[in-house]
Amino acid sequence: MATVIREGRIANDSWRLLDAEIARLSYPAEDGLLPDFPANPELIVPLALWRRRREDLLERGGRLGVRLAPEDTAETIVADLGHFDLVAVEFPVFTDGRGYSTGRLLRERFGFRGELRAVGDVLHDQLLALYRCGFDAFALREDHDAEAARAAFHEISSFYQGDARDSRPLFRRRVAAEQGALSVRSGTASERRVPRCEQRE
Amino acid sequence: MYRYDDIDQQLVQERVAQFRDQTRRFLAGELGEDEFRPLRLQNGLYVQRFAPMLRIAIPYGLLSSRQLRRLAHIAREYDRGYGHFSTRQNLQLNWPKLEDVPDILAELAEVQMHAIQTSGNCVRNTTTDHFAGVARDEIVDSFVWCELIRQWSTFHPEFAHLPRKFKIAVNGASADRAATFLHDIGLHALRNDAGETGFRVIVGGGMGRTPIIGHAIREFLPWRHLLTYLDAVLRVYNRQGRRDNKYKARIKILVKELGPAEFARQVEAEWSRLADGPGTLIEDEVRRIEARFTRPEYETLAPFDVGYEARRTAEPAFAAWIKRNVHPHKLHGYAAVTLSLKRTGVPPGDATADQMEAVADLADRYSFGELRVSHEQNLILADVAQRDLHAMWREARRIGFATPNVGLLTNIIACPGGDFCSLANAKSIPVAEAIQRRFDDLDYQHDIGELDLNISGCMNSCGHHHVGHIGILGVDKNGEEWYQITIGGNQGLSKAVAPAAAGTPAALGRVIGPSFARADVPDVIERLIETYLEMRDSEHERFVDCVWRIGIEAFKEAVYGNRDQRRSHRERQLAAA
Repeated sequence: MATVIREGRIANDSWRLLDAEIARLSYPAEDGLLPDFPANPELIVPLALWRRRREDLLERGGRLGVRLAPEDTAETIVADLGHFDLVAVEFPVFTDGRGYSTGRLLRERFGFRGELRAVGDVLHDQLLALYRCGFDAFALREDHDAEAARAAFHEISSFYQGDARDSRPLFRRRVAAEQGALSVRSGTASERRVPRCEQRE
Repeated sequence: MYRYDDIDQQLVQERVAQFRDQTRRFLAGELGEDEFRPLRLQNGLYVQRFAPMLRIAIPYGLLSSRQLRRLAHIAREYDRGYGHFSTRQNLQLNWPKLEDVPDILAELAEVQMHAIQTSGNCVRNTTTDHFAGVARDEIVDSFVWCELIRQWSTFHPEFAHLPRKFKIAVNGASADRAATFLHDIGLHALRNDAGETGFRVIVGGGMGRTPIIGHAIREFLPWRHLLTYLDAVLRVYNRQGRRDNKYKARIKILVKELGPAEFARQVEAEWSRLADGPGTLIEDEVRRIEARFTRPEYETLAPFDVGYEARRTAEPAFAAWIKRNVHPHKLHGYAAVTLSLKRTGVPPGDATADQMEAVADLADRYSFGELRVSHEQNLILADVAQRDLHAMWREARRIGFATPNVGLLTNIIACPGGDFCSLANAKSIPVAEAIQRRFDDLDYQHDIGELDLNISGCMNSCGHHHVGHIGILGVDKNGEEWYQITIGGNQGLSKAVAPAAAGTPAALGRVIGPSFARADVPDVIERLIETYLEMRDSEHERFVDCVWRIGIEAFKEAVYGNRDQRRSHRERQLAAA
C-alpha cells in the first residue's frame, strides 16, 4: 500500500486517486451509460471529473477528495468544500509555487478543516514550507526517503511570519510571550499540531 | 548596525545546518542536480563559468568593520583573496568550492551574516539609499523598514517558489537614491499632512530584457499596513505571474499585461482580506527594531573645521576628492565619504582581502566601525568628522580607494561579465578598463561632469545599462562579442544630497544604432562626449540633460555620420554582401 507523511509520521494511504481513468469515467460507455466508480471507499477525483459527475459522486457515498491542478484556484471549490474530506493540491514540478497560496487560502480564508494533501513532485526540502501553508499530508515523490524526510519539519524551529499554523507573526507571539502567555517560538511541528483555537487559550 | 537577537541568530545557524545536510545529500547522490539547484540558489550559490559563485547578503548594504574583516578572511581562506561588491549591495565570491560553502555560511553566521535568498525565485535582499540615516533630506530611517522587510521575507512560507526573482527597494529620503522605479516593488517613504509615516508603493519596474519604469499603485500606505500589503502584492503575483516562459515571468510583465489599474484593483481586493489582520505591524515592533540598531555616538562639532578648510585650499588633490567623493551629512562637522572601487585597471566593485581589512580599519578609526555598500559598487563611510577627512584621505589613497571620480565617467558600474558569468554574451571588465584608460585625465573628467556609465554583459542587465546616462550592453552576434550603446537613461537619483536636488526622474536609455566591436567602444564614447561638450548650453547642463534637451540625433550623427552617410554606408554594406 502507498504511504503518505501525515503530521510528521509515515502512514498507510487508503485513498485512491482517479487519474488515469478520468477520460473513461467522464463519458458514457458503449452501452450509453456513465461507468460506475471504483469500489474504493475513499476516492480523490480531479476537479474536472467532480464538475462532470458531481451528483453521481455525491450519491455514491464514501469519503471524497478533490484534486486541484496549480491553475485551479481555491476560490473555484469554495462553495463545494463541505463535500470534501480531502483536498489534494498538485505540484507538477516542485518549483511551481502556486499551490502554497492555494493551501493558505483554503485553510486561512475558507476554513477548510479536512486533509490538505500535497501531491506530485513533493520533495523533502519543500515539506516545511508546505506544512506552514496548511498542508498536513504529503505524498512524497517515490525516490525520496520518507523516513529521512520527516526531519524536514524540525530543521528550522522558529519563523518571523504568521502562517496557516499560527496566524501571528513573531512580533505578535513575542508580545503574547511577554504577557506571560506563551512561548515566543513557533515551536516544532509536533508542538504546533495543536489546532489554533486551542493554542490561543 | 542591526544586532541580532537570540531568534535571529538561531535562524541563521539552523539554516547553515539545513544547507549542510542538503549539500551532503547532493554530494552523496541522494539529491539530483535539478532538486539541489533551487536550494543552493536560495543560499546564494550559483554554478558559474569556472567555479561556483557565492553571493553573500549584505542586508540593505550595511556592514560592520567586524563583518568586513570576516569577509576578508573568507575571501582569503576559501577563495582567491578578493571579492566583488555587486549593484545589489551584496558581496560575490567567484571561486569558492561547493563543498566548502556550508563552512563559509557557518563563518558568516558567527558575525550575524548569511547568504539567505540572495538568489532563486524568491524575495531577495532589500536595497536602499546608501546615505540612509545621514542624509539631509531624510524622511525616515529606511534601515529600520528594510530590516522589517528582511524579517518578513526570510523563509516566507508562501513565496519561496515565485515565478521569478523579486527585488524590493526602499527609499527614505526626498531624493530617490534607491532606484525605486526600477524594482519589482519600490517603496518611497512619505509623511502625510497629519505627520504619519507611510509609503508610496511602486510596482513592476525593472531592467533585464524588458526594461520598464514602475507604476505607483498606492500613493500613501500607512506604515502599519506595509507587510500585509506586501503579502497581497506577492500573493497576486505568485498566483498569476507567468510560469511558462522565464523571460515573461517577472511581475513587471504581469502588471503590463493586466494594466497597472487592474493589477492595483486585484491587490487592493486581496489586501482588503488581510488588512488589520495579525500581520499588521505594531508600534512596539517598529520601536524594538529601531532599538536593536546601534547608533553612532556623535560629538557636537562646529559646522566648519579650520584645519580642514586650510588643507582644502592648500591641496588641490584633496579639494578634488572632497568635491567628488565627500557628501554632506545631516550633522554639522560630519561628512559621508565614498571610497571609490573604480580605480583604472581594477574590475569595478572588486576589492582584495587586504583592502577590505584596510577599509575595516578606516571604518573603526573614522566612522564608528560601520560602512555601507552602494549600488554603484563603492563603499561608503557615512559618519566621518570633517577634521579627520584629510588624514582619512591620505590613508584611502594609500590603499587605492581615493580615486576622485564619484559621479564621473570612470565611476563605471559593471557586472562581472563574460570573464566570470556563464550567462554573459560578452565581457564587461575589459570594456570598462579601456574606457577608464581613455578618460584617465581627471581634469577632463571633471570638465565632462556628472555622468553615469553602466555596462552589462547581457540582457539580464546586472550592470544596469538601461539607466546609465551612457549604457553599454554586450550582445552576441554569431558567436562574437558586440556592444550596443544607449544614451539618456537615468536611475532616478541625484548625486547631490542637498534637499534642493530632489533628482531627475528614472528613464530608460535609447539605442543609438547598430552595435560595435569591443575595440571601437572607447572611440564611440569619446565621440558622444565630444558631441555633448559642443552642444551643452553651459557647464551646468549634464550629459543626460543635454541628451534629453536635444534628442539623440546629433549623437547618432557624430557616431554614424548623417542620414545620407548612413544610407550610403548601408548600401555599400549591402553591395559587399
